[in-house]
Order: sequence, then structure tokens, then C-alpha cells
Amino acid sequence: MDENNAALNKITEDLTFHIRITRGFKIWMGFLLIGLSICLYAYTLQLRFGLGVAGIRDYVSWGMYLSNFVFFVATSLIGMLISGVLGLIGIKWITPVARIAEIIAVAFAAIAGLVIIMDMGRPDRLEYVFIYGRFQSPILWDVTVVTTYFVLSALLLFLTLISDIAWVHKKTDHLPGWVKKTYQVLSLNWTDTPEKNHIIRRCVRILLILIIPCALAIHTVTSWLFAMSFRAGWDSTLFGPYFVTGAFVSGGSAVIIAMYFFQKNYKLHNYITNQHFNNMGKLLVMVMLVYLYFNINEFLVPAYKLKTAEAINLHDLFGGRFALMFWAVQIGGLILPIILMLFQKMRTPLPMLIISLAIFIGSWFKRYIIVIPAQEHPYLPIQYVPYNFKVYTPTLTEIAITLSSFFMALIIITLLSKFFPVVPIRETAVERGLVEEKN
Amino acid sequence: MEEHPKNEQNQTNQHNQENSEPENSKQASRRKFLRNIGLIGAGIAAGAAALFSGDIFEKSKTKGGKKSVLLTQDNKLVEVDSLELKALEKSPEQQMQLRGREGIPGRRWIWVIDLSRCRNARQCIAACQAAHHLRPDQFHINTLQMQENPHTPAFHMPKPCQHCDNPPCVAVCPVDATFKRPDGPVLIDNERCIGCRFCIAACPYSARMLNWSKPKFEEQDKDLPYNIELNIPQRIGTITKCLMSSDRLREGKLPYCVSACPNGVYYFGDENEDTVTNGTTKESVRLSTLLSENGAYQLLPELGTKPRVYYLPPKNRLFPFEPSKDAEPKKI
Repeated sequence: MDENNAALNKITEDLTFHIRITRGFKIWMGFLLIGLSICLYAYTLQLRFGLGVAGIRDYVSWGMYLSNFVFFVATSLIGMLISGVLGLIGIKWITPVARIAEIIAVAFAAIAGLVIIMDMGRPDRLEYVFIYGRFQSPILWDVTVVTTYFVLSALLLFLTLISDIAWVHKKTDHLPGWVKKTYQVLSLNWTDTPEKNHIIRRCVRILLILIIPCALAIHTVTSWLFAMSFRAGWDSTLFGPYFVTGAFVSGGSAVIIAMYFFQKNYKLHNYITNQHFNNMGKLLVMVMLVYLYFNINEFLVPAYKLKTAEAINLHDLFGGRFALMFWAVQIGGLILPIILMLFQKMRTPLPMLIISLAIFIGSWFKRYIIVIPAQEHPYLPIQYVPYNFKVYTPTLTEIAITLSSFFMALIIITLLSKFFPVVPIRETAVERGLVEEKN
Repeated sequence: MEEHPKNEQNQTNQHNQENSEPENSKQASRRKFLRNIGLIGAGIAAGAAALFSGDIFEKSKTKGGKKSVLLTQDNKLVEVDSLELKALEKSPEQQMQLRGREGIPGRRWIWVIDLSRCRNARQCIAACQAAHHLRPDQFHINTLQMQENPHTPAFHMPKPCQHCDNPPCVAVCPVDATFKRPDGPVLIDNERCIGCRFCIAACPYSARMLNWSKPKFEEQDKDLPYNIELNIPQRIGTITKCLMSSDRLREGKLPYCVSACPNGVYYFGDENEDTVTNGTTKESVRLSTLLSENGAYQLLPELGTKPRVYYLPPKNRLFPFEPSKDAEPKKI
């Protein structure tokens, strides 16, 4: 019994070890906040002078902002794959990874909502979407499902945290009183009774079931923003599943990057092990193979027929203005990582970090490649306008505003992971047989 | 009024007869008392109401009684008692919004563009940009240099909004800012537009543009009431597009671009009347004859957008084709 208690104490100590304000945390947060303020200054310029401070014009009217929005929605989908799908079919190894995936889902879904406001010509009229909203427009569908997904993900994260927060409350005497008080409020006075655990388990289960169709909906609807139009390059019935599988690729790589830094900085080597990197590598290879299959469909079918408008778009991708970016993304961000991750040696932490960074960056540019080139080739010629109307080049202000979304997401992820256990304490204890889970 | 209490009295009498105990009769007399009070109250109320309505009637005899003859928005003369006249609750701006969304009853505006007559004079564009206070790079209408393939002749093609009967831009608008009017044109309400630009992405004719920065005449126009049929004042961050000059149509005039053309390119009219008028010669012709005799066609009909603009092919041209050096966007 004493042995048991000692082990339990060790786990709690280990998993709450990082909940303290360190110098490294202050420097990192300082960097994020300074970066964010610079980028938000760029946004004030856009508020003052209009969307024209960005490189978008009447032909390419959806630029980096929108491709970034698609990327954020995509990355948030990983919460559904890991907690929802793998959790419901009872895969055990995901325990220390699931909360990381949920944190990423919450952060990216929340920021996706802000990113789309940055893309509005009149952000001051945001409430019109709710006052005058027309349900015929896919934008309304997107607003509905992204909000729902964010709420579900946040609830899921919170419900699975309740028991851990109660434990943290007991273990963090080094923190100021008001922080402890906050933990107490957040723990909702949880005590380890079978009824309370039963209620939480049931709620979590319902959320896990709800989150799967909702996550599928958010990215399918996001893809429909494009697929519902006539443009060559967007006019595809494949866009829904193409976007959803692509989402697992970018989200999976984001989780691996986060796992690496949490393992190193929060000293979680005994909980996030090499085996987890190995498993995540295999999972990523699987979703990337599916994504590769959709890519082949998406490009080979129109490339075989070469309908006039499709041909112009494809020529630009395969050998024209976007060729470098296109092949870098397809080879460096998709094919090469798949091949590398087939080797067990590559599925260890450091190689996985590097491969995941390549996939993550590739995923971002992949959205750029989907959104922008299709607009540079409308059905009717672009004439009598300045050159920058015909060829889209993002401006510095635009890039800064886009970067602000990453600063905000990183701030959310940093705060959530700093003040709450990244690896679930109770679940780990239950898994190691230190706490008995009564039904 | 008279009958009701009597009935009740009968009922109470019957009641008394059936149960002749003293307590019941006490109850009956209380009921009677209450009923009398009720009657008096009702009488006072009725009298007051009669006095009040009589007073109003007297007043109306002195002030009203005159008839006014008025012209309604759809050009009908109506006679209205001056008593019925009251000031409109809606401001002129709200009125303009309302009629701008309702359109002109009974009309189905239609546009025919004769490509054989266009020599890229670009006066339609100048007139349009002046009327709608646009920058030089904002084209509600533009003439494009077209060539289907290297072996077919090149031609200049004026391209306004096609005012589709099945408009993809209207379908995707999240806030009902852009809308299809029963008389044909697709309009934009820049007091509603949120600048999401989904309509730009949806339009296959590249007919829509945004005010990316401050409109050209922002200062000058800022006190004007918003005219949805003219889209002035233009507003930053909102869409602007061809409106078929709906403000001119309301005045019974041809659109700005149609009147400005020096070469007789444009015919404009009412599909219901089967008549279109040439903007330059002011000659009216039968629409169906014009279309069938000249082999009229529409832009990208395979998309199912059902445009309200017809093109007559560039056959037997009035002018030889002269390419413009300004057409191709150039790096400066």
C-alpha cells in the first residue's frame, strides 16, 4: 500500500512538475507577446486603411488570410482523430497524447475564428452574420460548425481535466493563493467518488461521439467554400474528404512537434516515451498515405482530360509560377516524409521533430497552393488593371497579420500546457493500476 | 343589454324557488348587488366611450373631409381622404433602400451587346466610372480583348455584370447584401456588405470588386444619403459592382454606359415588351428578331447562371480590330 502511494506521489510530482513559473517560461511568453503586439500593430493599419494593405485584389481576392484559415481549421481536426476515433475504439497508448491533441484542437479552432475576422473587409459588421444570416450561404454553415466544434473541444478538454485539477490543487503549494483558489473553483469540488467519475466518463463519451461528425463537418464545409464555386482548380467533388485527410496530416505533425517540446521542457520522458513517437509516426504514415491517394485523384483526373481552364491552372502548378512551391510541398511535405517514416530509426523523437516540421510547413503551403492559383486564372481575361491585380504577392503587413495567428495559438497552447498537466494524472495512475477505477 | 340581466334574474328566481333556504336568498341578494354595480360601471364606460368618439367625430368634421389626389410609386393616381394622410415613418434613405430592393414593377430589363460595332472607344467605361464615383482600376463594365483561338479573329467585348437569373454571387452571400431584383438587375447593398468576398470567388464573370481602400470621393460624398440603386457613397471594405444603372431606369432613362456609347454597341430594353432601344441611335427594335437574326449567344451558358446579357457575334464589323497596348497588365 505504501509502495502504491509512493508511486502515485511520484506520478503526481512528475506530471505537475512543470506547473511553476520559470525564467524560460517568462522569456518565451515575453517573446510571444512582443511578436504578437508587432503583428497586431499591422492589423491596426488594416483597420485604418482597409484590406488594401494586403496584396489581395479583385481577382485573387482570397489570399494568405483565407489559406491560413483553412490551415487552422485543418490542424484543429487532430483532436477528433486522436481522442475521438482512437479513444472510442479503445486504443490505450494515446493516453499521454490525447490531451496534447485536445489542447491543439482548442487553440487552433479558437484562432481559426479570429483569422476569418481578419479577412473581413468590414469586421465592424461582424454581428450582421448573426442578425441577417442566410443559411443558403456556406459561410453560415462554417460559422455554425466551427463554433460548435470549438465548444465541444473545449468541453472535452475541461471535463477530462477536472479530476487532474483537483489533484493539482493539492500539490501546488508553491503557487500564489489566488492561483490555488482558481484551481479549486475549476475543479468543481471534485472528489474521487464512483458517481462523480461515472458522470464524467459518460459525458466524455457523449462528447467523443458528437465530436466526430462535427469535426468532419467543419472541414468538409470549409472545403465547400471553394468547391461550391465554378473556378477551375476548386470545382471538385473530392474536396471534402481531400481536405479532411489533409487535416489529419497537418494536425498529426503539430501534435508530434508539441510532444517533442513537452517531453524535453517538462521532463516527461517517462510518460511521453519513444514508443509514443513511434506510434504517432505510424499513424502519420497511414493518414499521409490516404492523403497521397486523394492527391493523386485530385491532380491526375483533371490532368488527364486537360479541360481548357483546368489545363491553365495545372500548367501553372506543375511547371509555371507555382511549380517550385507545388513540388516542394508534394515531395518535401508528403512523399519524402512517408518514405522516411517507414524506417523505425526515423520514428524516434529528434528525426520525428524534423520530419514533422517539414510536414507542418508543407501543410501550410499546401493550403496556399489550393487557394491562390485557382483565382489567378478566371474564365475571362484579366485586362486593363495594374500588374498586382493579375499576380498576387502578399505584402509584409499581410504576412505580419498572418503571423499573429500563430503567436496567439502558441500563447494559448503555452498557457494551457503550463498551468494544467499535459499528461493526464488520474488516467495514468489508473492505467498503471495505482488507482482503482470503480464503475 | 336589456335581455341579459332579465335572463339572469329568471335564473336566480328559479334558483331561489328550488332552494328556499334563507342562506341562499342572502347569497342571491349579494349577487344582485354585485350585478348592479357591474351594470353601473359598464354604463359609465359606454357613456364615456360614446362621448369620446363623438368628440373625435366633431373634430374630424372641422379639420378633415377634404380629398387629396396622389401619385403612387407605380404611377397610379389615387384619391385619399386628407384625414388618412400622415407623415412617413421611414426616412428618405429607408425609402430608397426599400424601393431599391423591390425594383420597378412589371419590368424585365434585358441587355444586348453588338460586338460587330465595338471598337474599344471605352466611353461606356468613362461614363460608368464617373457616375458611380469609381477609381480608374474599378470596372463595373470593361471591354476585354478576346480571341477564342489563334485562327479566329480577335474582338473587343464589353463585359458588364451579366445580371444572371440564377446568380451564384447571390446564393453565397451570407448576409443578403447582394440580391436579385424581380425586374432583373443584381444589386449590392453596401450598408449591409461585410466584405467577405465570397461573391467575388463565386462569380465566373469577374464582375465584382471590393473597395480595397478609401473610395475616391469619400470626403465629397460623405453626407449624401445612400442610394442603393447608384451605390453612392461607395464605402471602404464593401463590394461594388455593375447595377444596370438602376437609378436611371427608375427615371425612365437608359443606363449610363448605354447612352455614352458612340458606336451603337448597346441595346437595352424590357423583355416583357419584347423591345430594346439602341443607346446611340435611340432606334427601338424587336428583341426576339434582333436575337434570332444575329445568332445571339450568352457568356459561359454551360454554367447555368442564365445571364440577362446577350451578345451578337462580331460579324460584318464596322471597324477593323485594333489591339490596345493597355490591355495586358504590365510590371511597372
